[in-house]
Amino acid sequence: MIQLLAFYLFATIVCVSGAATILSRNPVHSVLWLILAFFNAAGLMVLVGAEFIAMLLVIVYVGAVAVLFLFVVMMLDIDFTELRAGVMKYAAVGLLLALALVAEIIVAVGAWSAGTLALGRRVAPVADGVPNIEAIGALLYTRYLFVFEGAGLVLLVAMIGAIVLTYRKRSDVRPQNIARQNARRAKDATRNMNPAVGQGMEL
Amino acid sequence: MPAMTSWFTYLGFPFELAWTVATVIDILVIALPVMLAVAMIIYADRKIWAAMALRRGPNVVGPLGLLQSFADGLKVFLQETIVPSGANKGLFLLAPIITFTVALIVWAVVPFQAGVALSNINVGLLYVLAASSLGVYGIILAGWSSNSKYPFYSAIRAAAQMVSYEVSIGFVLISVVLWAGTFNLGTIVEAQKGYYGFVNGNFVNPLLFPMAIVFFISSLAETQRAPFDLTEAESELVAGYQTEYSSMAFALYWLGEYANVILMCALNATLFWGGYLPPFDWAPLYAVPGILWLFAKMLFFFFCFSWVKATVPRYRYDQLMRLGWKIFLPLSLLFVFLVSGYLMLTRVGVPA
Repeated sequence: MIQLLAFYLFATIVCVSGAATILSRNPVHSVLWLILAFFNAAGLMVLVGAEFIAMLLVIVYVGAVAVLFLFVVMMLDIDFTELRAGVMKYAAVGLLLALALVAEIIVAVGAWSAGTLALGRRVAPVADGVPNIEAIGALLYTRYLFVFEGAGLVLLVAMIGAIVLTYRKRSDVRPQNIARQNARRAKDATRNMNPAVGQGMEL
Repeated sequence: MPAMTSWFTYLGFPFELAWTVATVIDILVIALPVMLAVAMIIYADRKIWAAMALRRGPNVVGPLGLLQSFADGLKVFLQETIVPSGANKGLFLLAPIITFTVALIVWAVVPFQAGVALSNINVGLLYVLAASSLGVYGIILAGWSSNSKYPFYSAIRAAAQMVSYEVSIGFVLISVVLWAGTFNLGTIVEAQKGYYGFVNGNFVNPLLFPMAIVFFISSLAETQRAPFDLTEAESELVAGYQTEYSSMAFALYWLGEYANVILMCALNATLFWGGYLPPFDWAPLYAVPGILWLFAKMLFFFFCFSWVKATVPRYRYDQLMRLGWKIFLPLSLLFVFLVSGYLMLTRVGVPA
């Protein structure tokens, strides 16, 4: 009963906020609706029993990716008239995509009532009572070890690539030497000359 | 929590209703004392700074000034909520609510005693990380929706700072998780029992003690306390992201900030200093309820937070970023490596 109520709550909010993401005029509002959608999708995953994926969704997408989106969108110089002018230009492509999506949804709903798929065999059935972090970990580090490490390498290459592409050596700034700054003491910077009365100071 | 549910079902409630009522009561049992604790901890904070500056601190309202925070709260409550005309109204009012809510939801997984937590989930620590990564939004939204330059600068600073320090906090948490072998906070506490036969707490573990220090400093940065309070550097940014706020909206930031500080104290205590366990593994000490040990440890960490605020000057922003990315990140990564290497050698064994 509670699960059912929670499911309908989360599912409704996901749908509504998904629609609001593309319908809202202000891009910042769009990103915020998207975040709400992520959040409720995480709620749905908790209901399915995939609490690890749910937490990852919140940490990675809500905590990191959406913050970047928000930053970028906030920095944008938004011209609303220009935004609206683009609508007609992309209307044809958008309509096509929407049609394809509608067709897919219809097919999916049809397939759902057609019964289960014999191919949907689980490669690695999980024993009852195993937390899904442990189940995922055991699979990732045994069966899918090379794929997993490969994915890690791809990410590493992407990271290095991003640094290489954006790094530029600037010659017009003076770099700070933090160790020298920390090592500097008051006696290196000041001198007490103790001049006599009436005498000036020569440096 | 299950006990209360079964008590309500015993009274003749259907299970769903019993569960709902029990959960709501549990939430109130945690949230109301947290808010009361926030009021008292603000008072303690001011008293500690005052003592370190040889002043007397709040001493007028109530005996010893104990009611000062309540007087401040009442004052704030009676003021008018001002929304700047150029502000994005909905988001402007939503932002403090997000900050306050996020500060409260993490308490759901904090174990107060053996087996006593609102929700004893097996991804507890991930939940803490997820919730703390939400805290950024309250601040960014406040800065952006205020439609004012200084709050926006402050919000950008705060967001960059929190995201940076969350990285090192993540690695610190991973080393603790590796050692305990679980994400469940209650089990993490139990795993700290009996180091060298008598000490309770990860801090005596030479592989985890440096992480305890990194976590403490990162938690100062994560809650924007001094010396990392650049988001509220009044000499540069007026009052930071909350410049345009007044009345209850401001009070929500105030409560949220201190609730976060108390939460970070609780996490410090839980992850590295034995949580609800007594400091020594000696039978008579277990006669004292665990929650009192937890409170004592939290108070100790809160004193450290205040102490730092009263004595340490503010960092420069580039130094802050350097500390986060160039020192804490490699250091915590190194210790994740060391901890997992040690565990491979001792617990798992090295297959040929």
